[in-house]
Amino acid sequence: MSTSTPPPEKSGIGVDQWVAEADDRRAGTIMRRVEDLIERTPPVVKMAVLLLPLVLYPLFVDSGYLMQVGIDTLVFVLLALGLNVAVGWVGLLDLGYIAFFGIGAYFYAALAAEYAGRDWGAQWALPVVVAGTAVMGFLLGLPSRRLVGDYLAIVTLFFLQLFLVVVLNARFTRGPNGISDIEPLSFFGREVTSLDGSFYVLVVAFAVVFGVLYLVNQSRTGRAWRALREDELAAELMTMPVDRLKLLAFSFGAGVAGLAGALFAAQQGAIFPSSVAIPLLITVYAMVVLGGPGSLVGVVIGAVLINASMEALQSPGEASPLFFAALVLGLAFAMRPWWRFISVLAGTIVLGFVVHALAEQFWPSLTSGTSTGEARIDDAVSNWVLLPENLITGDGLPAGAAARLMYIGLVAAVLGLTLVRNRAVRTVLLVPILYFACCVWENILLPQPSVTRFVLIGAMLVALMAARPQGLFGKQRVEII
Amino acid sequence: MDWDKLVQLLVNGVTLGSVYALVALGFSMVYGILKLLNLAHGDVLMVGAFIGWGVLNWLGGAENPSVAVWLLITLMVLGAMIGSGFLGVAIERFAYRPLRTAPRIAPLISALGVSFFLQNSVLLLFGGDFRSYDTDLLVDVARGIDWGPLTVWVIRIVVVASALAMMAALWILVTRTRVGRAMRATSFDREAAAMMGVDVDRVIVTTFFIGSALAGAAGVLIGLAFFQINHFMGFNYGLKGFTAAVVGGIGSIPGAMLGGLLIGLIESLSVGYIEDFTGGRLNSAFRDLVVFTILIVFMLVRPQGIFGKREVKKV
Repeated sequence: MSTSTPPPEKSGIGVDQWVAEADDRRAGTIMRRVEDLIERTPPVVKMAVLLLPLVLYPLFVDSGYLMQVGIDTLVFVLLALGLNVAVGWVGLLDLGYIAFFGIGAYFYAALAAEYAGRDWGAQWALPVVVAGTAVMGFLLGLPSRRLVGDYLAIVTLFFLQLFLVVVLNARFTRGPNGISDIEPLSFFGREVTSLDGSFYVLVVAFAVVFGVLYLVNQSRTGRAWRALREDELAAELMTMPVDRLKLLAFSFGAGVAGLAGALFAAQQGAIFPSSVAIPLLITVYAMVVLGGPGSLVGVVIGAVLINASMEALQSPGEASPLFFAALVLGLAFAMRPWWRFISVLAGTIVLGFVVHALAEQFWPSLTSGTSTGEARIDDAVSNWVLLPENLITGDGLPAGAAARLMYIGLVAAVLGLTLVRNRAVRTVLLVPILYFACCVWENILLPQPSVTRFVLIGAMLVALMAARPQGLFGKQRVEII
Repeated sequence: MDWDKLVQLLVNGVTLGSVYALVALGFSMVYGILKLLNLAHGDVLMVGAFIGWGVLNWLGGAENPSVAVWLLITLMVLGAMIGSGFLGVAIERFAYRPLRTAPRIAPLISALGVSFFLQNSVLLLFGGDFRSYDTDLLVDVARGIDWGPLTVWVIRIVVVASALAMMAALWILVTRTRVGRAMRATSFDREAAAMMGVDVDRVIVTTFFIGSALAGAAGVLIGLAFFQINHFMGFNYGLKGFTAAVVGGIGSIPGAMLGGLLIGLIESLSVGYIEDFTGGRLNSAFRDLVVFTILIVFMLVRPQGIFGKREVKKV
């Protein structure tokens, strides 16, 4: 399985010994210390540390926008926790997962919306929705339970497609118009209308889900799931009921997603088919993969990080600061020793000024455009990157082949760089590519923030899988086949 | 019984089916050799469709192309095949090869990332609007041939014929040439093939190139036959292509062809008759329900597909 460093070829140390020592080798690293700390903290403390900022959040935040972001983040955290059951613990690629989010939302609407003629209190509706979606998950699992990872992926993906077809065409979902008159949550007749109230409801839901999943993970079932992930055949030979365990995982994930969907629908007061789509699915996957599949705390942190960056990327004042900060931090993290990082950074800055000065002198049209960014850093870098005139049209799309080739060229250059084996050559090549990346960012990516963030998510998934499949907080798995 | 309608639906079904078969072939070949579900396959097709559209516009557009129509179409298909082929090779090199010994789920997530990246890159560069091939303006092939009750557009015949030609070429390549023999050996047992002197990495690269080139060609054929393309089209064709591969028997070339044809016909007939059969309760959008049901039935009753061999798990 995945290893970050290949086993040494020299004869002094055997493969088995190398595997056995995998833990010792990482003993001193910072990530390892963080992991150990997380592992050693008692669950109650962990829970309190996670919950405290959540409880305090509404007291310190008084902007409605930030409260809404907080609420959305919690919905995403719930979704990521649910997906982690199938993907992180059992290792099943469930691509229909997001359909259960939609089913939960529509199911809740059917129970508690005026148009459906039923007005159940949330105290009844929520458990029924969770149970209902869990049963749906069970049913989807039934034909898929024998399938190996790949077939399962396609069956579940098709299920998602089918869900969308039904929702878009059935009469009770009102097709693409969606349902827009869902009453807010009301527990025993008391309506939750304020943003703070909804936030606290979600905090409670998060605490319950997190607690339940934590206990399940510690239980016999949790151990069996992880055994299943490592080796299904061996697990079966150890008399584990493989099919039943998979169905149980499906049901658990579906139930959590259903709960998230119901709370989302109630808070928004509406649900539309467009809320349940592929981008949402991939975003939730990115959260689980970034945080570390299998690690509850990691998944929560992954969800918060991704959702916060998605929000920041969409607002013109924050996108560029985030991009440049991530670029610099990423480099600082990846490059050793520190002077290499400093020289690459300095080299890029100098190169930029040189290229910009030359361009101004000889090809003034290359620098006469304006940046669409609104942050202070955009003003700063617009005297540093090349901003050709008329590269993009008014609505942010590339105006011609030049802009498209620029983007494709950047992708090719970055990919090509990973093939260069020589470290010195790679460091030197990194400088112009970094500068080129900044130019592409200011010219092509920044004008279309909502697409750019999905491009970045896709690239991040591929890069993470190749470089750090265990995510930020997952357990590194060392095994040699 | 309305025979005209039935015949028209069958023609549509065969056109659709031949495209699905091309997609299914790419899936099936890659799966046969790497045991990997290439979830990005549909998006390679989409990129191919856009390359074809680019070639079309570069050569003057459909209204007054600067070269003869047959040459134009050939160039579009060839351009898309080469572009998509190299894209496929790049995907293999950068997204799948580093993960060859990783847990099974890792390359699938990576594939998901590639698929999402390609979709949104095209969205970024070309926007979300549908782009039209304007095939109806290509005079030579926009004519209909009148066969009694049935009018068949020449372009449909061109599409089906080129799909069949490509399948035949692939069949010869796989069964009659050295490269094909190496491919079959690798798919049978990769380690044993490597020990017998087969350059496995090269076989895998070749397979990705051919499979992706077929997908790219399928993308252009879709544009020609159904006119419109957009950044999200790969999802539907990828899904149907995979279903076709499973129904036909994954890893089997004739299976992929037959499966594609079958799914195309079923989908087309569902579009035509689903309203009549359900008394108007379900509209033609529910054709996917029929295809999905068939996929589920096949997985339950005959998971190895029509032509597949039953796999015995070895310990």
